[in-house]
Amino acid sequence: MQLSKIIDLVNGTIVVDGGVAAIDITSVCSADLLSNVLRHGKKGALLVTCLNQPHVIRSAELADIPAVLLALGAIPVKDMVALAEEKKIVLLTTSLPMYTTCGILYGAGLRSCVED
Amino acid sequence: MAANDTLEGCFELMGGDFSNAGAASSELKSILTKLGISADIVRRAAVTAFEAEMNVIIHAVAGTMHYMIIDNTLTITLNDMGPGIESIELAMQEGYSTAPDWVREMGWGAGMGLPNIKKYADIFKIDTVVGEGTTLEIYFRLKGEKC
Ligand SMILES: Nc1ncnc2c1ncn2[C@@H]1O[C@H](COP(=O)(O)OP(=O)(O)OP(=O)(O)O)[C@@H](O)[C@H]1O
Ligand SMILES: [Mg+2]
Repeated sequence: MQLSKIIDLVNGTIVVDGGVAAIDITSVCSADLLSNVLRHGKKGALLVTCLNQPHVIRSAELADIPAVLLALGAIPVKDMVALAEEKKIVLLTTSLPMYTTCGILYGAGLRSCVED
Repeated sequence: MAANDTLEGCFELMGGDFSNAGAASSELKSILTKLGISADIVRRAAVTAFEAEMNVIIHAVAGTMHYMIIDNTLTITLNDMGPGIESIELAMQEGYSTAPDWVREMGWGAGMGLPNIKKYADIFKIDTVVGEGTTLEIYFRLKGEKC
């Protein structure tokens, strides 16, 4: 699914645009623990999290995750935004809670990166 | 690269240096990508390097990450000065973590780092002396050859 469609679905705001239009999302990884992201995150997945810390961007970068969506109105810390800009990782926010965000994406056909 | 080329390098790691955390693994990932190593191996190497790098930053005082490619094998070695690990068996269990709360607030402390390294490495060796430090050796076979 095109990332631009996902942004519409969750009424998202683009904080860092690492090439939004071109990105195709193949699955979703939702976690607040980074070792779970590193374990289960798939190449091309969208990471949905409430964690607003720079190590989230490092994890995305190293696990080939092109985009991070902060739920529940989480505001990224300055270092997180800076690292996303440097590494060209898309950073989005939504005011919707994590549960609702994931429910909407599931309803639209996206599946978890854990099931295959 | 030709089969017999050797390539190596080393990064310094500082315990508690959370603002640079992951920089070594990021650099290693771009070196491996530029060498034309397959994306799957690069990803597994980057993830395991990052878990190991974070363990030095979270649990140890200082350390190094060394990488070497020789005979179609990539070896990533992490050496640290730190408390060491009292029970490797316990540390290898999924969910076991001694990370303090403030580290958990940054997203670490799932107790999945060492299990993840074991899952994604082709060979994983751990050696530790309590009160001195820990050494991890992480191996990846390149081009499907045996180590
Ligand atoms: N380099 C190290 N020096 C000392 N102790 C370590 C080191 N690496 C791991 N440990 C010990 O082993 C435990 C398990 O490590 P592991 O990486 O699996 O989990 P974690 O670091 O606590 O959490 P996570 O990696 O999921 O963020 C740690 O909590 C710590 O007690
Ligand atoms: Mg760890």
